[in-house]
Amino acid sequence: MRPFPEAARVELANVQLRTNLRNATDTIQAKRARVVGELPDWEELREAGRAIKADVLVGLEGYLVQFEAAVEARGGHVHWACDAAEANAVVARVAREHGIDEVLKVKSLTTDEIGLNDALAAAGIRALETDFAELILQLDGDWPSHILVPAIHRNRREIRDLFARTIAPGIASDEPSDLAEAARVYLREKFLDVRMGVSGANFGIAETGTVCVVESEGNGRMCTTLPPVLVSVLGIEKLLPRFADLEVFLQLLPRSATGERMNPYTSLWTGATEGQELHVVLLDNGRTRVLRDEVGRQALACIRCSACLNVCPVYTRTGGHAYGSVYPGPIGAILTPQLLGVEEAPSLPFASTLCGACYDVCPVKIDIPSVLVHLRAKVTAAQGPTRERTGMRTVAWILGAPRRLAFAQALARLLQRPFVREGMLRRLPPPLAAWTRTRDLKPVAPESFREWWRRR
Amino acid sequence: MSAREEILGRVRSAVAGAPRPEVSRSYRTAGTRDRKERVALFCMRAGEYRAEVRRVTDVAAAVAEVCRGRLVVPAGFPRAWRPPALDLVEDVGLSARELDALDGVLTGCTVAIAETGTIVLTAAPDEGRRALTLVPDLHVCVVRESEIVELVPEALAVLADVARPITLISGPSATSDIELDRVEGVHGPRTLVVLVAEEPSAREPAQPPSGSEREPDQQRQHDPDADHQHDRDRRELA
Repeated sequence: MRPFPEAARVELANVQLRTNLRNATDTIQAKRARVVGELPDWEELREAGRAIKADVLVGLEGYLVQFEAAVEARGGHVHWACDAAEANAVVARVAREHGIDEVLKVKSLTTDEIGLNDALAAAGIRALETDFAELILQLDGDWPSHILVPAIHRNRREIRDLFARTIAPGIASDEPSDLAEAARVYLREKFLDVRMGVSGANFGIAETGTVCVVESEGNGRMCTTLPPVLVSVLGIEKLLPRFADLEVFLQLLPRSATGERMNPYTSLWTGATEGQELHVVLLDNGRTRVLRDEVGRQALACIRCSACLNVCPVYTRTGGHAYGSVYPGPIGAILTPQLLGVEEAPSLPFASTLCGACYDVCPVKIDIPSVLVHLRAKVTAAQGPTRERTGMRTVAWILGAPRRLAFAQALARLLQRPFVREGMLRRLPPPLAAWTRTRDLKPVAPESFREWWRRR
Repeated sequence: MSAREEILGRVRSAVAGAPRPEVSRSYRTAGTRDRKERVALFCMRAGEYRAEVRRVTDVAAAVAEVCRGRLVVPAGFPRAWRPPALDLVEDVGLSARELDALDGVLTGCTVAIAETGTIVLTAAPDEGRRALTLVPDLHVCVVRESEIVELVPEALAVLADVARPITLISGPSATSDIELDRVEGVHGPRTLVVLVAEEPSAREPAQPPSGSEREPDQQRQHDPDADHQHDRDRRELA
């Protein structure tokens, strides 16, 4: 994975991206604040959300077994997948068993994480994205830059030109409503014909075996309702213990995500429904590795609302691509290194100012700053001795005794003399050059406080 | 070792010895508004999603007014609500293509949430299977005033024992994917009309429904089957 600072530098040069992104994140943030402020019990809901998710993680083994039994009791099939390859193989096998070579997809981060579309393509099965933004990106071979509005880095003219080349030859208008109509017409035929749908899930209910998908456009309802075969891929952490727990999360999620009191459509189904064949894939793919870390495991409580992205001073400037993963922003900075192992993404825990805005808006109170610091410690420990650490140790030793400090100050006054220009240190020789490349430094004063005090 | 055993084993060892956290549920589970306020709030909030909301006394007349063309109805849709002049097709397992050729759908609902302006369908006899309210471009939903609760937890309590699929609908389908410009109507019905039906006061529960007291008799006030029974009774009387 490309280091974050390197990737960020490329993205920061994209003015279109920064403008669109800033506009979008500011708008969503304001909407979120308004609808969250409406609820007198928002903090109580957050606390309940946090605690329920914490309970899920500790009791996960029992909940998984309970969920499996409940789904199977209602005629659904449950598959287990240790990693991406196993999960992809399950989906491909279900398709092949029914002689299906095209499947419809509901927007799902989990299936993006496992690279399902490419894996299916390799098996000769076409996976068609049906979320409006995901469709745009798929048609253009691009990938999401925001969890919730994945094509936010594209403007209406770019999308019109893309549609004219692909699904709507001759389209002239770049009005969002006309572009949405073009997608509606194109996908309607697919919804009526294609025989298999693939979804992720926002929640799975251990008690009842119910699967829940939250969405806006109706493509999720189409994909989960019309095709006779449905496969839903769930990360094992997506479970909730009881059906009634939805009363908490169906309030937390829409308000945090799109800043709406409720999203247009929420679908809940249990087992094989209305004659449909249901397969549920329970996916690990690094989640049990995250679970092992007592501090880091809270990242698994994430309900993918993207509120932390919209408030993050780093994300709102770099956008999602710089994070090099399907999980961008503050949550991505703690989730990706844990899912893959910190050695695979050592720069991500540092892609933050630790300002804590993400923690304040998180609907399930994930303490992202603390986890970032925890992961930074892991990265540094893995790196062994570095120049920075040796330097810091030396400074600590000098500051440990007044006499050592006085000596160091006298020495610095002497050594800095050739570098002082107009009362400032503007350029220092290596290894200190890294500091003065982007900042000026005050020289050490001619007289220290202690010297001045003694003189009085 | 199977993937199942492997994953369960990894989970077990990862959290071994961790204490089970306490879950406190101090959020609101019961509303404070009376029926009149509840209904008014629902109408306002549903309207803010750009659903067309009307308060009606004569359901059939209102249906006749808002519906055009051929509409599908689930078999259990009350006869009393069907205007005689309207071209209604009863759902007898129509294919998605057949539904796509129709102009709209007419349903009841199980429960509605005032605070969020949400209607909830549970594939009950007067709501029909999920495809019905998804494929046609117009959805007209009749909500009885007694079906409106104030809070999300109160609605979830009503839904707790429903084994059929559940769909929560808050306004027409929408996308904000292009430059965050909201477009109403993508794949689901582009027009949602909600008819809020006033009812004779005899049917009114003595107390507003309460989600915090989940005794069975409290729930029964909102049991959809009881409401359907009531419809059948009413039809027989008529």
